[in-house]
Amino acid sequence: MQPFTTLSAIAAPLPMANVDTDKIIPARFLKTIARTGLGKHLFAALRYDEAGAERGDFVLNREPWRHAGILIAHENFGCGSSREHAPWALLDFGIRCVIAPDFADIFFNNCFKNGILPIALPRAVCDALMEDARLGANARLTVDLARQVVVRPNGEEIGFAVDPFRKHLLLNGLDDIGQTLEHQAAIDAFEAARSGAVTVPPLPQP
Amino acid sequence: MAAPRTLFDKIWDSHVVERLPDGTAILYIDRHLIHEVTSPQAFEGLRAAGRRVRRPEATLAVADHNVPTSDRRSGIAEAESRIQVETLERNVADFGVPYVPLLDPRQGIVHIIGPELGASLPGMTIVCGDSHTSTHGALGALAFGIGTSEVEHVLATQTLLQKPAKNMLVRIDGRPGPGVTAKDMILAVIGRIGTAGGTGHVIEYAGAAVRALDMAGRMTMCNMSIEAGARAGLVAPDETTFAWIEGRPFAPKGEDFARARSYWQTLPSDPGAAYDREVVLDAAALAPMVSWGTSPEAVVPITGSVPDPALEPDPARRAQMERMLAYMALTPGQKLAGTPVDVVFIGSCTNGRIEDLRAAAAVLDGRRIAPGVRGLVVPGSGLVKRAAEAEGLDEIFRAAGFEWREAGCSMCLGMNEDKLRPGQRCAATSNRNFEGRQGPGGRTHLLSPAMAAAAAVAGRLADVRELA
Repeated sequence: MQPFTTLSAIAAPLPMANVDTDKIIPARFLKTIARTGLGKHLFAALRYDEAGAERGDFVLNREPWRHAGILIAHENFGCGSSREHAPWALLDFGIRCVIAPDFADIFFNNCFKNGILPIALPRAVCDALMEDARLGANARLTVDLARQVVVRPNGEEIGFAVDPFRKHLLLNGLDDIGQTLEHQAAIDAFEAARSGAVTVPPLPQP
Repeated sequence: MAAPRTLFDKIWDSHVVERLPDGTAILYIDRHLIHEVTSPQAFEGLRAAGRRVRRPEATLAVADHNVPTSDRRSGIAEAESRIQVETLERNVADFGVPYVPLLDPRQGIVHIIGPELGASLPGMTIVCGDSHTSTHGALGALAFGIGTSEVEHVLATQTLLQKPAKNMLVRIDGRPGPGVTAKDMILAVIGRIGTAGGTGHVIEYAGAAVRALDMAGRMTMCNMSIEAGARAGLVAPDETTFAWIEGRPFAPKGEDFARARSYWQTLPSDPGAAYDREVVLDAAALAPMVSWGTSPEAVVPITGSVPDPALEPDPARRAQMERMLAYMALTPGQKLAGTPVDVVFIGSCTNGRIEDLRAAAAVLDGRRIAPGVRGLVVPGSGLVKRAAEAEGLDEIFRAAGFEWREAGCSMCLGMNEDKLRPGQRCAATSNRNFEGRQGPGGRTHLLSPAMAAAAAVAGRLADVRELA
């Protein structure tokens, strides 16, 4: 996983609530067995018309936001399906940070596994950042994970909360499987203590 | 004396392997269900790192999301879908994971077959790379959906890194009237608390109306917990649960069952256990529900009307309602009943069990689907299909003009060829009415199996209680 330290990027405003993961990437694009190459399907129904041509009015089809590295949205971002193809599509498009008032739990988790930082900030702050984002190329936002601040174009710094363990993994680009395997002895002991428990019978080959 | 604990607290506590200094727990996972769409990249990750599957015998694989529901004996015609299923088959063979093959009669939707085979049991932690894993909570198991990176984490370590959820109690008192089912109750709950109402929480469903539900109804309710934002739903195991589990192929037998059962009886929440939030509904006050918008919280009773955005004070919410109405081609104040439908879909992990098919067939018996309406019945599993055929339900569906298909996720998510065409309106027993969910431009109305059958007969959304 690519570490996340600081990100200075164009931010795209997406003033919608309840952006579900079907909207981020529809199911028909989940037939792949790879993680990469999904950026072209990001927000497919919003980005393309029935003939497959770009819709000129969608923010990610317009300059400079087609180069956005940050996305700003409204409440309950990433609700619905657990598909990790949603953060994969965001990442492949180039988005490494999503700012919204709150996030659905599974999507929120999935972001951290892919080096994407989801930041929850109050609605009024999101709206102010969205105004910044509308200014386009002259209004880059900077996200500094170590200091836990978003820096607005006017220099104002907005603090945000992040789980310390996840921050550590992101800053260092660490694979959390590797972290867990450092506790292998504890897992072995736990398993040994409950082996033979009738409440968790092993599954046979059906 | 120890503080009273909830059902969630008990399952959580008994699965914590280690608590890390910041409060994150290494949580042990008893059952890992995998399918073809969210697992290939996880196995690829294992291979790249030279890791093995820690406990294949705790893992069960099946293909369901992306499989055709037409005759499959000659294989899968569509190349990408075939490759995805073949990839799963290679992965389970390479890593020794138990697998239910596509042509096995036990194949079906992962959330139907887990409980059906007795692989999902009370008190377990159960995960799957699918958000509707919450279904298994109906057995009194802590079951939740995970992403593919977490699938890889569970395959490699049999654990997950988790922070404990908050406890929410949804109590449904009273007795529902005729025509009001578990689906109507859960749609009413989502309408009440909203699609983010359960975020960060595990919802425990309780109250007389929940207690009176059969296991199928409890699974329908827990299934849609995620539509209320909660990763997991729970119902305390009771005699209904134990009777349903006994005799299932992978469940404990004989003495073992008796021992397991006495453990399961310790699981229900202690008297006085504290919940972070409580919501109370009266089942007697509910009517059959139907969704009008493109979010599962956008629901009204079938006797109701499409709400008017002009009456919504919050501008962002108003804009969202206007967008939903434009997408759904509905007008404010319009009665939901009487809205013409093009397609009726009966199936999914929400409502694809034998009890659901019986409820739909009871309405359709001796009736015909309205002219011009396409009806699909997609049983949740091959065993559900066989049971339905043994009861003659397939004959009722066919005589009514429905297609009788093979098991799979099908038109719930429009991943295989079972899709709505742009502009088509569908009465669906599934779980999500998002824009484009059942196919680009498709319009979904969520409702119960009996209500779907009523819509098929009337050719429009209809109150099943008024069908003479």
